[in-house]
Order: sequence, then C-alpha cells, then structure tokens
Amino acid sequence: MYPYYEQDWSVLPPENNRRFNPAFNMATIRQAFTEAVERVRMPTPTRLRDLIRQIRAARTAAEERAVVNKECAYIRSTFREEDSVWRCRNIAKLLYIHMLGYPAHFGQLECLKLTASTRFTDKRIGYLGAMLLLDERQDVHLLITNCLKNDLNSSTQFVVGLALCTLGAIASPEMARDLASEVERLMKSPNTYIRKKATLCAFRVIRRVPELMEIFLPATRSLLSEKNHGILITGVTLITEMCENSSDTLMHFKKDSGNREIVPNLVRILKSLILGGYSPEHDVSGVSDPFLQVKILRLLRILGHNDPDASEAMNDILAQVATNTETSKNVGNTILYETVLSIMDIRSEGGLRVLAVNILGRFLLNSDKNIRYVALNTLLRTVHADTSAVQRHRTTILECLKDPDVSIRRRAMELSFALINAQNIRTMTKELLLFLEKADAEFKAQCSSGMILAAERYSPNSRWHLDTQLSVLIAAGNYVRDDVVSSTIQLVSSSPVPEQTYITNRFWESLQVSNHCEDKQPLLQVAVWAIGEYGDLFMYGANEDEFERPTESDLIAVYHKFLTSAQVSTTSKQYALVSLAKLSTRLQQCVEEIQALITSFGSHLNVDLQQRGVEFTQLFGSYKHLRPPLLEKMPAMQISRISSQNGESGGSFDDNSPDVIENGVELGGSSTHPLIESNMNTMGDNTNILLDLLGSTDLSAGASDLAMATDLSNSVHKKNTRNANNDATVSNNQDLLDLLDLDMSAPTTTPVMGINMAADPSSAANMNTMLGGLDLSGFGGGIDAMPNSIPTNGNDLASMLGRLNVAGGAPVHALAPLGSDVNSSSLLGELNPTAASNNVTVPPQGPKLTALDKNGLLVQLVPVPGSDCMKIFMTTTNSSDNTLEQYVLQAAVQKSFKLQMLTPSGSVLPPGGVITQEMRVVATSNAVLRMRLRIQYTLDGQQLVEQTEVSGFPEQQPAHE
Amino acid sequence: MMLFMLLFSRQGKLRLQKWYMAYPDKTKKKITRELVTTILARKPKMCSFLEWKDCKIVYKRYASLYFCCAIEQNDNELLTLEIIHRYVELLDKYFGSVCELDIIFNFEKAYFILDELLIGGEIQETSKKNVLKAIASQDLLQEDEAVEGTLRDIGLL
Repeated sequence: MYPYYEQDWSVLPPENNRRFNPAFNMATIRQAFTEAVERVRMPTPTRLRDLIRQIRAARTAAEERAVVNKECAYIRSTFREEDSVWRCRNIAKLLYIHMLGYPAHFGQLECLKLTASTRFTDKRIGYLGAMLLLDERQDVHLLITNCLKNDLNSSTQFVVGLALCTLGAIASPEMARDLASEVERLMKSPNTYIRKKATLCAFRVIRRVPELMEIFLPATRSLLSEKNHGILITGVTLITEMCENSSDTLMHFKKDSGNREIVPNLVRILKSLILGGYSPEHDVSGVSDPFLQVKILRLLRILGHNDPDASEAMNDILAQVATNTETSKNVGNTILYETVLSIMDIRSEGGLRVLAVNILGRFLLNSDKNIRYVALNTLLRTVHADTSAVQRHRTTILECLKDPDVSIRRRAMELSFALINAQNIRTMTKELLLFLEKADAEFKAQCSSGMILAAERYSPNSRWHLDTQLSVLIAAGNYVRDDVVSSTIQLVSSSPVPEQTYITNRFWESLQVSNHCEDKQPLLQVAVWAIGEYGDLFMYGANEDEFERPTESDLIAVYHKFLTSAQVSTTSKQYALVSLAKLSTRLQQCVEEIQALITSFGSHLNVDLQQRGVEFTQLFGSYKHLRPPLLEKMPAMQISRISSQNGESGGSFDDNSPDVIENGVELGGSSTHPLIESNMNTMGDNTNILLDLLGSTDLSAGASDLAMATDLSNSVHKKNTRNANNDATVSNNQDLLDLLDLDMSAPTTTPVMGINMAADPSSAANMNTMLGGLDLSGFGGGIDAMPNSIPTNGNDLASMLGRLNVAGGAPVHALAPLGSDVNSSSLLGELNPTAASNNVTVPPQGPKLTALDKNGLLVQLVPVPGSDCMKIFMTTTNSSDNTLEQYVLQAAVQKSFKLQMLTPSGSVLPPGGVITQEMRVVATSNAVLRMRLRIQYTLDGQQLVEQTEVSGFPEQQPAHE
Repeated sequence: MMLFMLLFSRQGKLRLQKWYMAYPDKTKKKITRELVTTILARKPKMCSFLEWKDCKIVYKRYASLYFCCAIEQNDNELLTLEIIHRYVELLDKYFGSVCELDIIFNFEKAYFILDELLIGGEIQETSKKNVLKAIASQDLLQEDEAVEGTLRDIGLL
C-alpha cells in the first residue's frame, strides 16, 4: 500500500520492456493488488505519474497554476492527518511541484517524518526531499541531525549511504560538528560503499568547519593504499582539500602519510593507471579512469608547489602522462590540461615546461572550442613564467580576438594584454584597436583601460602615445572609464608644447565628425579640456602641419552646440564650461559671446552648472582683474604610474584595480608639499594621526593601494557621474566631518561663497593652481568648498586634500560640506553615492569585535546600531609579510535577519594593507545576531579559506514595516 | 567542487536541480533564470564554458536537455564535461536510451543516480557498474517493501 512508485509495465509485453527492472513480476503483482485495494479505499490521492500528466496537459500558465494549487491544497490537508500512508507519494508530488518553482516549504517537516520512518522507500524519498527543501538557512534543518545520526548507525548499508549523501549535500557547520565523529568512524568501515561516501562527507565537513580537520587526519592514512577507485578518488579529494586548507597539514602529508610517502604513492597509482592494461570498468574512450588521474595530478601540483624534492619525484611521471595520453578525445585533453597546469606550477625541469607550452600551442590550434578556451586560459596563467614561449603563439591568440564566442574573446583579450611588450606594442595596439571598435559594450571599458595602460608603459614616443590615446577614445566611445579621461589629460598636460598643439588640433578634428560629441563623451571631455587649456596655441600658435583653424566664432558656436545639447552629459558640460571660461582669456575677439553663454548658465536647472555659471560670471564683472591669473594654464601634471596587477595573479585585469592614478600633486600647489608626492608611503605623521582618527589602525603601508583606488579627481568624477543609492553615507560623512573638525583644526573662517574669498590678492596665486587642479576634475562643488580656507592657509587645506586622498573616497567629499553651508544640502545629496560606490567606507569608532586573528590576518567588525538597520564595518588588516590576493569575505546571518553586503574596498591585501567593507543587517524578529564569516583569499597562488563565527553584537529592534 | 547542477529543456523548463551550496530560494531561482536564458541564447558552435560571477559554468546539450554545472575557479572544466557525460551514460543505461520524458516522469530516479555518482559536489565512484549496481539493489529493496506492504494490507501476511 505504498505505491508511490508506479510503472505502466503491464501495458508492455515483457520482451519490449526496456526498463531495468529486476523485479518485473513482483511489480506487476503489486500493481494488481494496489489497484484492487485502491478501488476499495476512497478517496485515494492522485498518483505522481497522473499529476505530472495533468500538469503537462495544462495549456496555459494559469491552468497549470490551478492544477498545482488544487494539488497543493490537497497535499496540505493530508499532511494535517497523522500517520498518512500516502505521505511518501505526496512528498514525491510536492518535489515535482517544487521543481516547477512553486513554494513547497510546508513539506519540510513531512520530509523529516519520512526520514524517521523505518521503511527504506520512505527514507529514500524523505532524504531526497530533505536535500531539495532544506538547507542550512532553514531552522528546521537542525531537526534532521538526530535522524541522520541514527541512520549513520544503521545496519543497512544503503540507509547509511542515504544519510551520508544527505549530510554531504546540506551539512551546516552545526551539523558538521555534531556528526563529524560518526563520519570519522564510517571512514574506517570495511565496506567500500560506505567508506567512500564517508570520505567525501569528511571533505564537506572540512569545507564547512576547517577546524575539524584534525579528527580526520588519522583516517586518511590508509586511503591511498586501497585498490578500489571509489576510495582512491574520494581519498585524494579529501587530502587535496586538507592540503589546500592548511600548510601545516600539507607538511604533515609530505613528511608522513602512514606506510609510504605520499608523492611516490601517488606516482605509483598514476603510473599503474597509465601503464596498466585495459580495464573495462574504468575505461573512458581508451583512457583509464580520467577522473582519478585528474584528481591525482591536482594533488601532485599542490605537493610539488615550491618544493624541489617533491617536484623532482614527479617529473618523470608528468612527462609520461604528457607524452602517453591519447589526444583525439576530450578525455585525453582533460588529462593533458591538468598535467600542463601541474607542470607549470611545480618546480619542473625546463624541458618539461617546453613540452607543456607546446601542448598548449597544440590546444590553440584544436578545432574544438572548449580546448581552445582552456588553452587561452592556461596560457594566461603561465605567461609570466615563460613569456617567450607564449609569444610564439601570438598570431593565433590575436586570431581568437575575432572568435564569435564571447568566452574565448575575453580570454584572448586578457592574454593579448599580457603579451604586449616594447617590441610588439605597435602591431598589438593595431590589432586591439580593431578589436575595440567592434567589441561588445562589456569589453570596451576593460579593453580601453588595458590599452591605455600598455601604451603608457611601452609607448615608443609621445606622438604615437597621443595618437593611440585618441584612437582609443574614439573607438571605445562612451564606454571609456574615467581613468582613461584623466590619464589622457595628464598625458597631454605633460607633453611638450608642439605635441600639445598637435593633439589639440587632432581633438578638434575628431569633434567635427558627426555624433562624436554624443556618442563619445569622454573624447568630448578631453577635447574641450585641451582646447580650453591650450586655446592660445590652438588658435594662434605656430601652425606646423598646416592645420585648418576654425574662426573664433566657429569655435564658440561648437561650444554652444555642446552646452545646449540634451544628449551631452552634465559632466561633459562641466568640462565645457570650465574650458569656455579658460578660453575667455585665450581668445582675442569673442569674449562677449563667451560671457553671454556663461551667464546663460546662471539660471541652469542643474545646480552644479548653475553654480559654475554664476561664479564664472563674477569673473567677467567685479572681479574682472582676477580672471587672467585665475584661469592661467595648469602646470604640467606629474605622471605617476602604478603598474597594474596583472603580475602574479595570473594576469587577469582586476576590475577594482585602477589602472592609472593621478594623485593630488597639482592641488598642493607648485612648491611646498613633499608630503603629497606620488609615493604615498612617505606621508608624514599628521597623515597617520588622521588615519588613526579615521579608525583604521595601520593604513600607512596600505595607503598606496588605497590611494590608487581613490585619487581625488577620479573619485570626484565618480561623484559626478554616479547618482545612485542616496541614503547611505550621510552619517558617515558627518562622522568624518566631526573628526576633521576635531583634529585637523581646519582653519575656520566663516563659510563664504568661493570666489569672494579670492579677493585677497596674496592668495590669488594659490587659488589659481587650485582652480587649475579643480577644473581638471570637473568638480563643481569643490570650487566653493575649497577657497573657504585659503586666506589663512590654503596650503594646509590643499595638503589636507592631498592626504585625504589616501584615506579614501569619502573624506574627499567630506570637504565639500565643510566649506559651503549655502548649498551643503544639495551637495550632500550628490555626495552620498561616493562612499558607497567608491567602496571605501571609513569605520567609525566603536566596540570592535575581532572575528579572526590568524597568521597576521586580522578581521574586525565594528557594529553601529541605527534606527532602521545595523551597520557593521568590517576592517581586514594584513600584518604578515605576504600579499593576499582575491580576498573575499562572505557572511551569513540567521534567517531572522536580513544581510546586505556592500562592495568591499578591494580584493588585494599587500603587507600592511587594509580592506574595508560595510554590511547592513536588518532584524525581522527579536533575536540575537550571530554572524558566520567565510574568508577566502589566495596566498602564493594557493587558495585558503577561513571560517569563523562572530557573536556579541548589540541588540537590535526588529524593523517594522 | 561542483556548486550546483541544473538540467533544463530547450524550452527553458527546469528538469532537475541539485544544489551543493546553500543559497536562499530566491537566489536559486534567480541563478536558474539567468543561466537558462544565457545558455539558451548561445549558439551551438560556441564553447561550453561561461565565466559567471566568481565561478565557471560548464554546460552541454544532450538532445533536448541541457546539463549545466557550476564549478569553482580551480576546477577542471574539461573534466566537468566528462562528469556530465558520465551522468548521461548512467541515465541511459538505467532507463535504456533515456529521453527527456524519462527524466520528467522519474525525476526521483534521476536524483538517486546523481547521488550515487556525486556527493557534496565531488565524484564518489568512477565505475559505471558500481553505480548501477547500487541503484539496482536499492530499487530491489523498495520493491520488496512494496510487495510486503501490499500483502500485509490485504491480509495475506
């Protein structure tokens, strides 16, 4: 009477019955009985098969919903009855309904009841349901622990198997802790069926709770001396996980792993696989157990990494695998791929490395797309080890840029960047420009930034560099990142005068092409900047290349077009307006037209443009005499280059890493600020005081890193261009302001609108350089924020700005409200997105919870209870001597809380580096918050994972909605 | 480690889902929706790998069904294709030239087979024979119980 499992076998003659069925006759008999019984017993639930038919017969979504709702209502009602004989069938139906996307949580407890049943059929479906409906986020899942414990002790191997399988799928840390000893016991079982499952369970347990590794160590000893492949592969998987997880365990395995040493042991197994005869059981198109081979190769890689002795011991076998593997099928290539990775990762012989790169070269020419993809991927990982070998495949790689497949194009692009050097920069750039023109939007930003970076590093001469920069701006259009704009401006400003004239002419030409001003706004921004800055050279300088100059009124007409066009962004208009103001001192005739145009902005709807309009208008009125000195040419910007991080991390261009920086040098004026030189590491004590104040204990070493991310003009740009998420960081900025007031004792003069303050002639020069710096960044709000403190000591403020750079994006903006009470509210409105989108939040002072303090990695949480949500600021500091890469923090809270994680400030932790991240927690019911953290990072190419749990957060009232 | 495995039809209907990582239901649905649309939009000649968030997606189409797995960055993509293929072979052996309908109507069997092949996202058994043997024995166990139950129910036992 438990007919959840129905078959229509009766309709087929036995010889046509293709189904695997060891109990065919039994089933028919059972079916007959069941039907007889069902006729008597009323009402019977629909059979699973019939339900599926009904649902499939539904023609519309509404019809389907109706069927499902009816069935769900019925299932619910049967759940209310105790001891339903149909429970198994109903759960099976519910699981089908669940797969269709309907809610099925009301079946969770029923699944638990099924698993507690004595019948295998019930258990099988019950555990299946548990795996599908329960996970660690459901509080109910802990109820299953006891049931699992019972079944792990069952005498039926399949019951134990079900329990192990379920544990492997849904083990939460609590469950893992409770059941680890059971799993460990089963790992020593003589039954291979149980033993292999228990071994993988141990793998999952360690994944969830790395501390539990210890208890499984003794049981791993004998795993590798087994013959059974199931045990071998699960054993290798478990040992790999252990070795990846902790270097102590890695050492433990190297020194002692029972009877034999681990490396020779693995080599022996691998050798018997490749040299042993044909074994039908494990053969996959001529290759003996590729699954096991790959796992062993991977473990060998970990064991041989940075270990000359171990590498020596595996050289031969790797060479054998590399030469003996059949490559006509995917299986063979799978193994070769893993072998190449191992060869490149260990201290292998030179000959072997050549062999490996040649294999990849063959892969690149393979007709199978998948093989080409892994080849590109692997070449990218090995390019730094052996550039010249990879260079030989350059043409093939460049061909891949034209592949229709986006995965391959992306890999090829990244690899191309890694291959650029001083010799091939011209040809590579030509190819990449072709790629950039046709590339999808998603590639344009990354590709343009990468090209700019490469050009900066390898450009043969400045003319070529300028041309490339221009071509990139044209090709990538609006997808160009802000860093390209600022680096181009920087480049132009530091070029010699003839080059400046030349490029300004070229910019002007490119603007003449129709649509360029709307579709290529970054180009427009750079162009107007250059025309404004070098207007005199452009219009009246030496004209060597017979450039056709526009008349002044033509020029103004073009500006008029930009400034009134609806398609041109505010940022571009900001550039244009400043440029126009500059032109007013460079042109000879059209000053009135300029004034009229600028004055018309005095009533612009956009507050920033309006402000610029009003302020610049002042320069045509009562402060006329200040106009020429204020709008003088900017001093040449010092170029500082920070190489991208495509070094050790396998050459991937990290999106978070800014490619080009410009620091605040020009802001600091011409003379007195060694503190803000490009090397942020040399910052003085004051900076540290400020940084301490900001709540980060040791920022100075990591400062250069942060500075990269948050150079002033960039972050200001972001402020101007991003306008999302307006509610987040007001309080943050406010905190910062308080701090600033407190310690920096910022010169407090009454806030007056900017230009008025410049009336003091002595500070005019300072003001000038500042304006110069400011218009670069297009930072409207800043114009009135800055001069506030100039009369007393503008330098201080400037240096403050410079230093604040270091502390991150938020502080820079905090300066704006400092100066401008008049429109601080609107500024704040605009300011908000920065800290959030810039990812650098500054943790306030408060009780710190230390989440993790291990191997120099210190993770601290500062909870700040708020009215609607609790903010938790995470600060990770790295006091070790190693650089941690790909740092990712994952957090989980109980179900009664909602957790939102903002983007972290970075993913790379150099020695002394700091990463901050903000989390927001909203309570939905009264509960004490606990947080589980999983911290993942790469050290020397090895991925490490730390897990920890944090409690002791302040109480929080649930949000009422 | 495999993070999850999805089976869906060419029409985008989910046929099987196995999650080895705990995600909230909403996320699961979102991931499924996103992947189904992305993969169905890809042309047949394209490669089987996608870079997606911080993991890699490996997918392969067998007749009307797409098999789609998410794996971690360090995992071997080509081997994942082999695992998918092995699973398909097992289904084929079990059902006898398997088709989509077999998996729809016997989805629980498909799960059972998968659970004998993988545990916690890692492969547990590389011998096809052993997997099928384990499934057959468990099916037999169920049959015995069913017959026994029926007999008891009508008073014969």
